[in-house]
Amino acid sequence: MAFTVPKEVYNGKINQVEVGKDQQVIFGGEEVLPFLSFEGKAVSNVPLALEIQDIDPGDWAPSLTDIYGPVMGNPAEWAKLCQDEFKADMICLRLTGTHPDNGDKSPEEAGKVVEAVLSAIKVPLIIFGSNHTEKDAAVIKHVAEVAANTGSIIGKAQEKNYKTFAAVATAYNHKLVALSDLDINLSKQLNILLTQSGFDGKNIIIDAMSSTLGYGLEYTYSVMERIRLSALQQNDAMMQMPMISDVGEVTWKIKEAKATEEEQPGWGAVEPRGILWESLAALSFLMAGGNLVVLRHPKALATIRKTVAEF
Amino acid sequence: MGLTGIQIFKYLPKTNCGDCKFPTCLAFAMRLAAAQVRLDACPHVSEEGKKILNEVSAPPVRLVKIGAGDRVIETGDETVLFRHEKKFNHPPGLALAIADNLSDQEIEQKVQEVNNSTMERVGQQLRVDLISLQDKSGDAARFSQVAKKVAGLSSAALILQSLKPETMKAALIETAARKPLIYAATQDNYSQMAALAKEYQTPLTVYSDQGLEALSDLVDKVTAAGVEDLVLDSGARSSGKMLSDLTQIRRAAIKKKFKSLGYPAIVFPGEGESDPLMEAVRAGIGIAKYASLIVLNSIRKEALLPLYTLRQNIYTDPQQPMQVAENLYKVGEPAADSPLLITTNFSLTYFIVLGEVENSKVPSWLLVADSEGLSVLTAWAADKFNAPKIAKLVKKQNIEEKIKHRNLIIPGYVSVLSGEIEEELPGWKVLVGPREAANLPKYLRDMA
Repeated sequence: MAFTVPKEVYNGKINQVEVGKDQQVIFGGEEVLPFLSFEGKAVSNVPLALEIQDIDPGDWAPSLTDIYGPVMGNPAEWAKLCQDEFKADMICLRLTGTHPDNGDKSPEEAGKVVEAVLSAIKVPLIIFGSNHTEKDAAVIKHVAEVAANTGSIIGKAQEKNYKTFAAVATAYNHKLVALSDLDINLSKQLNILLTQSGFDGKNIIIDAMSSTLGYGLEYTYSVMERIRLSALQQNDAMMQMPMISDVGEVTWKIKEAKATEEEQPGWGAVEPRGILWESLAALSFLMAGGNLVVLRHPKALATIRKTVAEF
Repeated sequence: MGLTGIQIFKYLPKTNCGDCKFPTCLAFAMRLAAAQVRLDACPHVSEEGKKILNEVSAPPVRLVKIGAGDRVIETGDETVLFRHEKKFNHPPGLALAIADNLSDQEIEQKVQEVNNSTMERVGQQLRVDLISLQDKSGDAARFSQVAKKVAGLSSAALILQSLKPETMKAALIETAARKPLIYAATQDNYSQMAALAKEYQTPLTVYSDQGLEALSDLVDKVTAAGVEDLVLDSGARSSGKMLSDLTQIRRAAIKKKFKSLGYPAIVFPGEGESDPLMEAVRAGIGIAKYASLIVLNSIRKEALLPLYTLRQNIYTDPQQPMQVAENLYKVGEPAADSPLLITTNFSLTYFIVLGEVENSKVPSWLLVADSEGLSVLTAWAADKFNAPKIAKLVKKQNIEEKIKHRNLIIPGYVSVLSGEIEEELPGWKVLVGPREAANLPKYLRDMA
């Protein structure tokens, strides 16, 4: 029996999304499983974003504060450093200072930060709240307006607040990250709710709830693979949105990325360990169908960029 | 699997003797069709039936064993392409490459790295499983001398890398009892390498970088020469080629039943790559996508833990949650007056709670209850995490001797249990903690 290249037949494809204004970035649009260019149009561009915050986070690991220390607390400078020095394709601004337990900054204060960051950068911006569904809805109403017509990505819309997010994303021309709880059905459900409320499904980006190695990675990985398979094989329009992996935040709070060699003899040097933890989590999610990655460490960004270039 | 249960049934004795532990031959046939049992569980099947059924019931990716004694590495025997369908069976073996032209001292040092590579995670012992000895000296005597030395210094399974049959033979004479993997049979040397694999009863790698068709042709020649325990190397060295070749090999085997590529595959993510970060990330591609053996040029500790963890994550059973042992765990250096929290033994729950308690910087006691691997809310709903169980656990762990206060913090989601626990544990006060682990640092700090 002679060998024939085992190609799959796919019925659907992933939506292509274009973001930004001054410097546009395109992602998605693939028609086959991740990076399998032998069988068709595969993922070619994976934008890599670096995360910044509206306030000095206070609890970031030394591996990160050694790099960002001088600009932490100055979001515009921080964003510029990530864009100019570390060549981030996008900046992801997380408004952690708006959380009621973490400073409770007002929507107007957040709006000023968004304005400053937008005027400091040319690459597209991702704006996330503090993962407090009520407060996020109040904050996004204002900051989405501040960022009107910049083609930014806003999030994260969840089941409890998606209506507000959908309304402002439509009104001010933003793309929307829809976050659900680590379950393919919940993810699909949220996309259905969003489109039924009149939001254009082509402007949705799925967040299947990111995790990291040793902390639930296998669940996220399999949910993402299943979402990709149902988009491509079953041509399910409610699963054909590009997917985002928000791995920096979940990685850099775990012990394995932070504990020094003195604290954990046998684990090796802390900095490369943290970078690799973040890189491998990002890589795994790219293997499972991710299109866009949010990272914290610039070396993780460089490593993933180099790897993607090899595909 | 080509046959249905009914088709398999035809070849069974149809006596319903029950020796296979199933009530009827038909029941056994159905299990066989679902690949849930092995044919050898039936002692009465005829030789002819065995031949036919073994042929069709052989896994699409052959099970190949490398090594001897308690360090046998099993590879292959995979039946699905995606881990959500069914558990991936055999995690890829990690190997460290050692060149024979290093000094004896450097070689000893590298062998020690392998011997000291064991780490524990969620009750599993994780380690570098093999040593891949590379013929860089070009000297058969040196290669076999180093092979003997390495075999003496480590019980890890061995891969012998040389394209020269006479060099391979010299090393096999020293190490055959260890059942090393021969690397490799090529278009030029396959008949001699196949003869060596047969003579010494070892598995054999088949190498061709001329495309998968050429690789499968070479496999056919080697199997025709009588060697069946094979490992494949398509020569892919970049990330893209690795992913593409490994996917095609595994897909051809599983979806097309293409026997000539139905073997485990070996990769070398560090070849041509000097950056250890890139090597580790490429190894990660192999772990996620179908590599069975991964030969590394360096095994730095900081790379091992993430690679082990990724391997463990990808190869866990999607139907069976990972569990940690029921116990009283220390977080930091807790004292007799440090807070005491309880949670369930689903590994994800445990790690997330543990991580947040660590983030709080408040030394604490973490009591983990056996909930059969269920998370807090699910365990409560299934009655695996209830007041009598919690009370029994508190008594069993002799907590009243270790801790002088009598306050137990329970997860916010099971606040309904507080009254009942206080009834079961006289003298104790139940405190209701936050619902989400992320709020634990604030909760613990406010309490302190």
